[in-house]
Amino acid sequence: MSLYNVQKLIYQLNRDPKVRQRFEADSESVIAEFEFTDEELGALRKPDIGLLYVLGVNGQLLMHYAALHGYEWNEYLEAMREGVRQHGKVRAGVYAMLES
Amino acid sequence: MADPVVRDAFYESYDRMREQLEAARPDALIVVGAEHFANFFMNNMPAFCVGMADHYEGPIEDPDWIGIKPTRVPGAPDLSRRLIENVMQDVDVAWAQEWKFDHGIIVPLNFLTPRYDLPVIPININCQEAPLTPLHRCWTFGRALRRACDAMDERIALVGTGGISHWPCTPDSGVINEEWDRDFLDKFINNRKDELLAYTDEEVYRDAGHGGFEIRTFITVAAATEGSTGDLMYYAPIPIFAVGCTVATMAVA
Repeated sequence: MSLYNVQKLIYQLNRDPKVRQRFEADSESVIAEFEFTDEELGALRKPDIGLLYVLGVNGQLLMHYAALHGYEWNEYLEAMREGVRQHGKVRAGVYAMLES
Repeated sequence: MADPVVRDAFYESYDRMREQLEAARPDALIVVGAEHFANFFMNNMPAFCVGMADHYEGPIEDPDWIGIKPTRVPGAPDLSRRLIENVMQDVDVAWAQEWKFDHGIIVPLNFLTPRYDLPVIPININCQEAPLTPLHRCWTFGRALRRACDAMDERIALVGTGGISHWPCTPDSGVINEEWDRDFLDKFINNRKDELLAYTDEEVYRDAGHGGFEIRTFITVAAATEGSTGDLMYYAPIPIFAVGCTVATMAVA
């Protein structure tokens, strides 16, 4: 579990135009700067927005990663719902508060 | 788009609040908000942070989407510094000389100071990720902030901004618990401290969503106006805005 790293990558993509430019030119070079589990890597690369949501990525970050990959707002909401259908409820982060 | 009738009534309430703000002739405006990873991240998350910059910029969101063009907002660094020094006697706040405004601050400013000619001092409370700032610490902070403001020569206005129940950016985006909101606003407007501080994070999350954690900004304002009551000028759930929208003022005893 390296939810912190997943969220940090997305935060930097959103807040630093230079990181975003590098990501758009060569996403793997940016991804390689962080340690991820195989599940996180797969979700980031695909991207599997629904799985990222289930892994616990905060929506205030995740929406930017979805938008970066061309998701419209309703597609983004539906991707999270599909993620819960496929992978079960959110496992970590602030949305897992009542399960923790 | 929002129902024009509902939206226009909301905007008219903002206009009335702006008129009251202008009539009070403030030298500076403190805005207590809850930002969303515009400046603060889990690498170094302050429970409280007070701006001390010459100026601020926003919005961080797409200007066409949010309807606010890129704007430079004047700060009040000298006043900020004196307020921070005073507040720090009671509460360890972080401070920042660089700060970009997201919708949480720039949207209220767009209505309340549309010419962006009033110096602003932003304050952020961590309402985003646990461990969250405890509610009773928001009360202590609000009290300290009031004492600090009273000690200054300047006339200082205070605005708290945030949602009540809402589930932004999740599958439940657009859900609003109006009954919970109205119950909270009743406690807020009547400044019932014990009831405002009795909420647990688990209860708030269950009934009002993660967006409900932003009650911290309301509680800070209630503490800064302790003993006073308020005037709820507007409240309505507006699902397309993903939140119930509130305009309210508190008396200053």
